[in-house]
Amino acid sequence: MEFTFFLAGIIALATTLRVITCANPVHALLYLIMSMLALAVDFYALGAAFAATLEVVVYAGAIMVLFLFVVMMLNLNNETVAREKSWMRPQLWTGPSIAAGLLLLAMIWALVTGSPASGRIVGTELSANEVGMALFGPYVVVVELSAFLLLAALAVAAHIGREDRDLAAEGAEHGERVTNHPGDH
Amino acid sequence: MTGLPISYGIGLAALLFLMGFAGLVIRRNTLFILMCLEIMMNAAGLAFIVAGAQWQAADGNVMFILIITVAAAEAAIGLGLLLQLQKRFRTIDIDAASEMHG
Amino acid sequence: MSLLVFTLIFPLLGAISLSLFPRMADGTARTIGAASVGLSALSTAFVALFWFWSGGFPYITTLWQWISVGDFQVDFGLYLDGLSITMMGVITGVGFLIHLFAAWYMVHDLEGKPGMARFFAYMNLFIVAMLLLVLGDNLLLLYLGWEGVGLCSYLLIGYYYETPANAWAAFKAFLITRIGDVFLAIGLFLLYAVFGTLNIQAILHLAPQVWSEGDTLADIAALMLLLGACGKSAQLPLQTWLADAMAGPTPVSALIHAATMVTAGVYLIARTYGIFLLAPGIHELVGIIGAVTLLIAGFAALAQTDIKRAIAYSTMSQIGYMFLALGVGAWHAAIFHLMIHAFFKSLLFLTAGSVIIACHHEQNIFKMGGLRKKLPFDYWMFVIGGAALSALPLVTAGFYSKDAIIWLSLANGHAVLWLFSIIGAFITSVYTFRLIFIVFHGEQKTEAHAGRGLAHHVPLAVLAVLSTFIGALIGQPLAGVLPSGVVEGHPWIELFFEVVSSLVALGGLAVAMALYLGKRDFITKSVAKGRGAEAWQFFHNALGFDALYDRVFVKPYLAVTRAHRRDWIEAVVNVIPGLASALNTGLTVGQTGRVRTYTMVMFAGAAVLLALLMFG
Repeated sequence: MEFTFFLAGIIALATTLRVITCANPVHALLYLIMSMLALAVDFYALGAAFAATLEVVVYAGAIMVLFLFVVMMLNLNNETVAREKSWMRPQLWTGPSIAAGLLLLAMIWALVTGSPASGRIVGTELSANEVGMALFGPYVVVVELSAFLLLAALAVAAHIGREDRDLAAEGAEHGERVTNHPGDH
Repeated sequence: MTGLPISYGIGLAALLFLMGFAGLVIRRNTLFILMCLEIMMNAAGLAFIVAGAQWQAADGNVMFILIITVAAAEAAIGLGLLLQLQKRFRTIDIDAASEMHG
Repeated sequence: MSLLVFTLIFPLLGAISLSLFPRMADGTARTIGAASVGLSALSTAFVALFWFWSGGFPYITTLWQWISVGDFQVDFGLYLDGLSITMMGVITGVGFLIHLFAAWYMVHDLEGKPGMARFFAYMNLFIVAMLLLVLGDNLLLLYLGWEGVGLCSYLLIGYYYETPANAWAAFKAFLITRIGDVFLAIGLFLLYAVFGTLNIQAILHLAPQVWSEGDTLADIAALMLLLGACGKSAQLPLQTWLADAMAGPTPVSALIHAATMVTAGVYLIARTYGIFLLAPGIHELVGIIGAVTLLIAGFAALAQTDIKRAIAYSTMSQIGYMFLALGVGAWHAAIFHLMIHAFFKSLLFLTAGSVIIACHHEQNIFKMGGLRKKLPFDYWMFVIGGAALSALPLVTAGFYSKDAIIWLSLANGHAVLWLFSIIGAFITSVYTFRLIFIVFHGEQKTEAHAGRGLAHHVPLAVLAVLSTFIGALIGQPLAGVLPSGVVEGHPWIELFFEVVSSLVALGGLAVAMALYLGKRDFITKSVAKGRGAEAWQFFHNALGFDALYDRVFVKPYLAVTRAHRRDWIEAVVNVIPGLASALNTGLTVGQTGRVRTYTMVMFAGAAVLLALLMFG
């Protein structure tokens, strides 16, 4: 179980690193899916088989495919990749990386100095039955709220994504203005 | 000594989370920013699962399901915004959408 | 007698409806504005009729309790007696005629620009406030009306606020009258402190019991009331605002700055006459202020080039006569002159307005000239008004009212004041006919188009009739309200002095004819340069009071404020805005609109929180 956890964890870290450094969106997406699958393995190793299933089916399966759809709609090409590369100059990423590193140090410090729970994770399997009982027992309000959230997201997405002729015209104007004055930004 | 100390699992989650953060700050492409958000949420989910495994409780999994729900909603809206950005500004550079000039 | 309330309600409704719907059609606004005052005048007529029928006793109607704080009780009560009936008649009657004329005038003055509803809303509100002033049965209600007319005066002087000069003129009028109002307020406080009530009749009843004649407190109270009256009535030393107040539309000058509001000071002194009787020194001062003001204003009127300013100075001068009459105890004569003055002065102003419109907004009299042929109607109206102003004997109303004052000042033993008033009468005659000769005689210098329509002719004609001896036939039911002040002299002596003052008025006319009719060589040469020009400039600036006040009050005040601009209090106070502005700058820098910057800051915050959790 430890071995599986470490192996999948290393794979997840490596692929995630690729996601944030890769210039090609499609490649990055594929790395992200790999990272999620690796995480699913980790979940499984930790005994959360149901969560692992959900990770594969919903996250890697549904949400990532949605991303893929959008990438296809954006009609990306080599030019995009070149521009993406030009955006990744060292002076742009060193600062944030150092900040992230510092934060990591702080977290590790917290993990080391904090009083960790005694006992170790042995990876006892948690059945879907138990999760379901918890979900529709004490957490039923949270489930209802999630329903609200999803409905709201649906409405917002429908509103944002609608084809509006006036909006399109305005957008064209706007786009023109932006391209005319690139120095503005 | 079998089993895994909880700090290992949480450490992995922290590493993933900070990678997502670094990507979020480094990238200008909105699509990558959305992906980084997914990474960060995933990391948070991992932390919950680890904690749930430590205590042998179902609550961690419940929280993970909740995070998936939030991620789905976020992805739907974020991608919608991305498409609008592309439509209006003819670019998906997040900085192009800055009109405040503070 | 509930009709009394209607005199207030109609103009109030007019003002409210006009201000609620400022975009109504001009015609509607004019109709509402004039009709509301017309209805008010009608109600006043009925009120007066009923009042006479019922015997003419003072009548009090308390509408509701206005203020009740501990012992301090003020009713919203209306008090009707001979004096308020007279004032109401002037306000609503002359007011209605002026509104009617304004309905004609504003069409030509605005020339299609928006603002008709605003104008009539202010005018109607003014009528309400003025009626409150004269009807209030206590001094606080009077003060409410007093401030209300001040506000309307301010709004109407600054009616054409797009021109900065007009706004400044409104500002000046407001501030200077405010000085008087402060004194009036102090007087009110004093009276309340002494008598424990603000009810006018109660105060007049109690005053002789509490104060003996010449009591210091009575002197102070009377002085405060007098200074308040001076501010409102443009008397020395608060007289400088009235000439500048001519920035408003001409009907405003006629209604507010000639017929009604500026006479509020006269009304106030007459209303509280009992206090002045107990303060003989201050009572004397009223007459002296009136006498000096009437001369100063008369001299100033001699050297004006703006038709409205000239009439404004004559108004100041005529109110000086009223003050003089109050000062010598000729109470009835003062109120009589107030009424007659309202007739002929609004006639003069309205005719001036008609001439100004006819000459396309020209106000300089030296650019008019020879308008007699083009504007015969206006000419005769102006001559009638002018004759009444100069008190030409027998045929004019002014003769009866003004000569009563002149005669009574002598009969009551004020020879010096009599001298002032007789010199003033001479000057009045000169400047009035100077105006007429310059504007209507001589060579014609500008095109003129006579005004047409009933709204133009009727008010002028009615006021013209009232300015002749017919107006003087209107009796005033003042017996029992005010002491008459009439002194029975030997009829032959009285006749002699009446002849003297008539001759003085005619002499003024003759001098004006000699100087201004025909070539005007003498007068033109004598004011062209040297001492003549200096004197002309001195009179033109109304004896330099503006410059004097500027030097004595404004400049030192500004110097003091300038000296304190950077003192330590300022530095302490500036810390707060400085802090706010620094904070603002800091926050603005943060609002870059860049999502990534925001993310960084958010994480920095998260890191700080984490650190606090760990080490806190």
